[in-house]
Amino acid sequence: MQPTAKEAHHGDAHAHAHHEELGFWRKYIFSTDHKIIGIQYGITSLAFLFFGFCLMMAMRWQLAKPGTPIPLIGGMLQSIFKDMASGGIMSADLYNMFGAMHGTIMVFLAVVPLGFAAFGNYVVPLMIGAPDMTFPRVNMASYWVFFLGCLVMFVSFFVPGGAAQGGWTSYSPLATLVPTDGQTYWLIGMVLLITSSLLGAVNFVATIIQLRAPGMTWMRLPWFVWVQFVTAFILLLAFPPLEAAGVMQLMDKVFHTSFFLPSGLVVSGTPVDVSGGGSPLLWQHLFWFLGHPEVYVLILPAMGIVCEIIAANTRKPIWGYKSLVYSALAVGFISFIVWAHHMYVTGMGTKISTFFQTTTMIISIPSVIILTCLFMSLWGGSIRFNTPMLFALAFLPMFGIGGLTGLPLGFNFSDIALHDSYYVIAHFHYVVAPGSIFGLLAGVYYWYPKATGRFMSETWGKVHFWLSLLFMNLIFQPMFAQGLAGMSRRMYDGGATYAGVLDPATGDVVGLTKQMIGLNTPITHAAIALGAVQLIFIINFFWSIRNGEKVKTDNPWNATTLEWQTPTPPPHGNFASEPTVYRGPYEYSVPGAATDFTPQNQPK
Amino acid sequence: MDIPYTVHPRADTGLYNAKVGIWLFLASEVMLFGALFSSYILLRVGAPDGTWPHSVLNIPLGTLNTIVLISSSITVVLAWASLKLNNFARYRVIQSITLLCSLIFLVIKSFEYRDKFAHYQVVQKDGKYVDGHLTGSVYLDADKKTREEHGFRGLSFTEGPKGAQKKFTLESVTVNGFEAKSLAEINNPKVGVHHEHKDFKIAAAQIKKIGNYGPWHNTYMAIYFTLTGLHALHVIGGALVIGYIWGPGAAMWKTDPERYINRVEVSGLFWHFVDLVWIFLFPVLYLL
Ligand code: HEM
Ligand SMILES: [Cu+2]
Repeated sequence: MQPTAKEAHHGDAHAHAHHEELGFWRKYIFSTDHKIIGIQYGITSLAFLFFGFCLMMAMRWQLAKPGTPIPLIGGMLQSIFKDMASGGIMSADLYNMFGAMHGTIMVFLAVVPLGFAAFGNYVVPLMIGAPDMTFPRVNMASYWVFFLGCLVMFVSFFVPGGAAQGGWTSYSPLATLVPTDGQTYWLIGMVLLITSSLLGAVNFVATIIQLRAPGMTWMRLPWFVWVQFVTAFILLLAFPPLEAAGVMQLMDKVFHTSFFLPSGLVVSGTPVDVSGGGSPLLWQHLFWFLGHPEVYVLILPAMGIVCEIIAANTRKPIWGYKSLVYSALAVGFISFIVWAHHMYVTGMGTKISTFFQTTTMIISIPSVIILTCLFMSLWGGSIRFNTPMLFALAFLPMFGIGGLTGLPLGFNFSDIALHDSYYVIAHFHYVVAPGSIFGLLAGVYYWYPKATGRFMSETWGKVHFWLSLLFMNLIFQPMFAQGLAGMSRRMYDGGATYAGVLDPATGDVVGLTKQMIGLNTPITHAAIALGAVQLIFIINFFWSIRNGEKVKTDNPWNATTLEWQTPTPPPHGNFASEPTVYRGPYEYSVPGAATDFTPQNQPK
Repeated sequence: MDIPYTVHPRADTGLYNAKVGIWLFLASEVMLFGALFSSYILLRVGAPDGTWPHSVLNIPLGTLNTIVLISSSITVVLAWASLKLNNFARYRVIQSITLLCSLIFLVIKSFEYRDKFAHYQVVQKDGKYVDGHLTGSVYLDADKKTREEHGFRGLSFTEGPKGAQKKFTLESVTVNGFEAKSLAEINNPKVGVHHEHKDFKIAAAQIKKIGNYGPWHNTYMAIYFTLTGLHALHVIGGALVIGYIWGPGAAMWKTDPERYINRVEVSGLFWHFVDLVWIFLFPVLYLL
């Protein structure tokens, strides 16, 4: 909109780029540029998102058609896992392995690195007007440690006995006693991933504190930056206890200590030869001390993305910016004192349960405020229904369903019935799959033009969106019903063990009805369809790098935040000269202004 | 555009970047050790009466190590102050004392570790315990299975006293220590009678279980090794960084003295943290 200023930017950027010509390796592989690191994180985590999804497809096949060979990949599975997949049929052990690794990969290798590390790295420094992260080399180290962790997790599939089989929660004693080295790999992988995210978190917080451009006061930060700030703090403080727990479980595995192994443990009739005296509950406490804050790590970045996209595509300021900021902070603080709501059935006692139930209800308040603000922001906007906006809009009700169905799990009396059922699976997938993932996909469509200079195809984007929305719901909605009917999670036969039998005395069916078990089939069909739909996205993503419609300006969405006030793509060092910020992040449709958006760096 | 505040503090925060970074890092370290200390408390509170050992560790050595670390904390500050006063030569000397202290600490610690690996507990078939240092053992030919039946996990059932690897079965062991009727008696020496130390020759046939005081011995030893091991890694890491700045990294003093002082300061902050952890570790593990 201000062509002269833009031209000046371009000119400077070229001059700037020239005197630091870097070789290919330094520029794209061992880069210290936050944008390249962000893209590295993005590609790695998208790849693992797909891999985690494939594991789930194999499991879904087994659930729909128990005991039949898995098509296409059955032979490969047999050659890798031998007895565990003889005849290409998924065994219980293999199901456990894939389930544990699906959870682990989706959480720690896909959604968190995508939302926090990829988008955070690429966008945060641009948004606050910084040339890079405060510690670029630490940033690079963080990616490579992450990569190493991913590698260890991936390789663990191929060790004798296969990958971890103790669930993504890795509860002891089960996880310690599963007879595979994969469990040890899992722990080493986790320690690496945690180390990486600590390096990242220090960097993010330091960057946001130290490198805000002149005039970028705290209350002028785009909300996306705020949520990344909170997320980084959560990672910084909640992950170390899991690292400690991981080290202890590793000691249990490798040095035969008994941190999490109780006295008198008997497995298959033989006493386990350990000193005992440990506490399985200790693991659960340490795990969930991270585990619960982690769900906010999964969701907050997606919320932040949605907020930015809604502001830009309603052409009006976000409703309740301050409420959003304080709510994000409140969520961050309270998320540290709700963890034991995952442990209601461990017999902690009613007093402790009541405490955690209360804090859980309290934390739902800021979450509801956030969602309400985002909904209210739509009111009276002149909405542009482009692909990023569609995903952002769908995020709201999807996260809403996920959040509201979580309330019965937060009350201990109702959780006792629902715990470990497919209801739980449906609940948290609504949060992380049509929730987080939609938010993240919205972000990919939204910032793609900044990173590449081209749009992704709108038409195919919309096809991708509508079909994803349909199939996501077809997958997860029936799981609520299955769970309420009593179907347990982590069962490799899809519930056949508990298939209903006629009680001769009453004539009632006891156990799972045919219809409930039968739902497995359409769910699996929907999952396969969802997978197919993602191919559209993948092709669109790569095709558009060269063939997408070119952006006409550096600010194709006419947005206000600073990342759009840079050249496209932003050069090393981002801004030709330090930007100065004069106004808040969402000055859209300001009465009397020349355009319907006023960039943050436009002087008063 | 270059990254600002790498050397000089930002006006509104009053801090340069690395200082923000180290404080944040230390916050996460507090959570790491905090979780381990919490685990210690939970395990200890959950331990049935008489199973939590006391006075297993060598208090004089622990005290000595505490003094060594506290001294190093003082020298690390003095070294930084010398640089501030532009006295590089004095910094070099004082910081070398810091490095020396870290070395002494690690050496003492390794002696303590060694002692634990040579410290054995034998559970006899008649239910009595013998607790002390393994001074000798006699082996016979035998297979792996026999060895495993003794419930042994750890280093030296197959190891001669001098570390010679012998894949033989035990005929007897000699332990210099004392005999006790129950675990509680060993774990709470203050409560029990004073035991006379002498050599016990125990036939393998008499042994129900034998093992040294490695981390596998009980949860106390487990948390002891985990906490002190992790702490020792921090000592090593800190010493390497301080040593690097002191030695090969010192060229920066000529080119960019302010930044060099910052580095010394930041590494010093980390060192204080490492000391602080020990200040908690010592009473918790040695005295309580
Ligand atoms: C959209 C595609 C997805 C589908 C179809 C899917 C499906 C499933 C199903 C059916 C289960 C239950 C397996 C069982 O209990 O037997 C499961 C477990 C799980 N999923 Fe997903 N999921 C998807 C995406 C995600 C994402 C994006 C995440 C995380 C960010 C995730 C995290 C988990 C976790 C943590 C578990 C529990 C694993 C365990 O029991 O240890 N999933 N998934
Ligand atoms: Cu939770």
